[in-house]
Amino acid sequence: MTFALTPERESHLAEILSRYPNRMAATIPVLHLCQEQNGWVSEEIMEWVAHRLGISAAHVKGVATFYTLFNKEPVGRHQVWVCRTLSCALNGADALLHHCEKRLGVHVGGTTKDGSVTLRTAECLAACGQAPMMQVDRDYHENLTLADVDTILDRLTRS
Amino acid sequence: MLRQTKYLSSRYNEPDGWSLSAYERDGGYKQAKRVLGGMTRDALIEDMKAANIRGRGGAGFAMGVKWSFMPWPPKPEKPHYLVINADEGEPGTFKDRTIMEKNPHSVVEGCIIGCYGIGAHTAYIYVRDELHLSKERLWGAINEAKAKGYLGKNPFGSDYAVEVFVHTGAGAYICGEETALLNSLEGKRGEPRLKPPFPAQAGAFGMPSTVNNLETIAIVPTALEMGGDAFSKLSELHNLKDGGSRLFGVSGHVNTPGVFEACVGLTLRELIYDLGGGVKGGKLLAVIPGGSSCPILRADDLVSAPNEKSPLFPWNGKSVLDVPLGVDTFRALGTMLGTCCAIVLSDQACPVLAMHNLMRFYRHESCGQCTPCREGSAWIFRIMDRIVAGQASIEELDRLSEIADNIMGNTICAFGEGTAMPALGFLKKFRREFEQYILTRGKSSPNRLTLPGHFAGAAE
Ligand SMILES: Cc1cc2nc3c(=O)[nH]c(=O)nc-3n(C[C@H](O)[C@H](O)[C@H](O)COP(=O)(O)O)c2cc1C
Ligand code: FES
Repeated sequence: MTFALTPERESHLAEILSRYPNRMAATIPVLHLCQEQNGWVSEEIMEWVAHRLGISAAHVKGVATFYTLFNKEPVGRHQVWVCRTLSCALNGADALLHHCEKRLGVHVGGTTKDGSVTLRTAECLAACGQAPMMQVDRDYHENLTLADVDTILDRLTRS
Repeated sequence: MLRQTKYLSSRYNEPDGWSLSAYERDGGYKQAKRVLGGMTRDALIEDMKAANIRGRGGAGFAMGVKWSFMPWPPKPEKPHYLVINADEGEPGTFKDRTIMEKNPHSVVEGCIIGCYGIGAHTAYIYVRDELHLSKERLWGAINEAKAKGYLGKNPFGSDYAVEVFVHTGAGAYICGEETALLNSLEGKRGEPRLKPPFPAQAGAFGMPSTVNNLETIAIVPTALEMGGDAFSKLSELHNLKDGGSRLFGVSGHVNTPGVFEACVGLTLRELIYDLGGGVKGGKLLAVIPGGSSCPILRADDLVSAPNEKSPLFPWNGKSVLDVPLGVDTFRALGTMLGTCCAIVLSDQACPVLAMHNLMRFYRHESCGQCTPCREGSAWIFRIMDRIVAGQASIEELDRLSEIADNIMGNTICAFGEGTAMPALGFLKKFRREFEQYILTRGKSSPNRLTLPGHFAGAAE
């Protein structure tokens, strides 16, 4: 196996393990840790996690595939999620999403040719009072206008 | 009646309102210190029962009563756990996030008191992964409290050890359901468990556990400081054992959406017009009172409660908008209080498309474990899709109701009801609009959700 966590993440892993009465409980946080480093959760990573936690690879795969936030294939450098659930839909989410598709030249689920952005939809992100909104990597962008979206997307595709 | 309060939200507008120093300046951690300093468990539970804090996560169960279900005394080989639900995934709900971002120490203090009340030494706060700032603020608060000696082996110099950890999910609405959440906490797929056993018997890691919503636990220090009975009496529905104050949210077609703190007993009219700034872009068509799983109410619905014993009797014949928002009052109305975060639809929005949007959500989020839920939610969405595409017949409306009826009561967890009830609600309240929509292939309706000119000037 060639996958390894950076030393910093390795010590984070030890700290994570200390929070729980057993190692299986660390499955989701450790998968997050790996994805943070690698961008997605590969077969190799799932096996590595299983090995490190002393649980079966089948279990780790079952978990990784259950949760939508684990990428099962490589994705762009930046992640854009447009919320499309009701409060956002009542405030322009559809138009906002189409605008993103046009601007980036991709359909929902796709990654721009230069690999900079993957565009996806999200279900209610608990920002309904600030609709419409989208999440970009770790940040929320709320009360969006189409001009705001342009500024944000331009920054992402340039970086 | 509208009476705004500032217990959880007093420092929401201060730039460092989330810090330990700000929290302590306002009297923070005094209650945890008092409890660990020698309050008996019985006294604590009695006070919490008197506070009539109804669970803020949706089901409205009495918090003090839930704590009292824990086996007592705890056995050394069976450690108890406090699990805090901050999955906040119910569409329309955005209140817990404000507490985590702006008042995280109230959660930590609530956890210390809660652990003591249920005999636990460890609390896990389960936060949905997307809420990065919330997690950061909670960890920050935990570390600050630890550095001050409020957590750890000897909090406040007592010998009652308490540790608090943040645990994250990875994007699955179902993990808000308490037993799915427990599986997710244990590192498993977030599939709900059969009950019984209830969490109080076998919860996290198979041990006795209490699951409380994040707002439920955050209000505990306030209730203790005031005294349970005085806290409960803030509420207009104190006599219905629905006490205190809580956070109310309003979103959708209102001028000033947001989260507001007020005494229990606020009405929808006050929430929409006084706090939410009124309906934008038209007149009020309908409102989903407390998260998308609660059946919708029409603006022109009147209360029918001729029976004196009904909790709604005082409002018999009045508009549903004037009924105080409470667990029992809204159940009696045939809907639910849920998370107390309302979604408002103006008459410029199409109710058929609103239901289509929500049914897409439920189809997407069904965990797939129970056939009636997995197949039923998919089937409902397919029919909704056909209706919106102008391909459905009127008879299919009855099919929708049948499918929804078949989900009810036939699933492991309440996700099934949470899908079927709002579906049935839309079909009942908007039967005429649905029929017209089908007959005219959508021409009878504004056929849009967004208000005209929402992104003024831009092509929509
Ligand atoms: C499908 C589903 C989703 C739920 N999502 C949440 C949630 O996001 N947050 C929450 O606190 N409770 C949620 N609940 C309710 C929990 O199961 C549980 O009742 C609650 O956490 C108990 O806390 P409380 O008594 O303080 O309300 C959900 C229930 C169901 C059936
Ligand atoms: S509906 Fe978009 S954040 Fe809730």
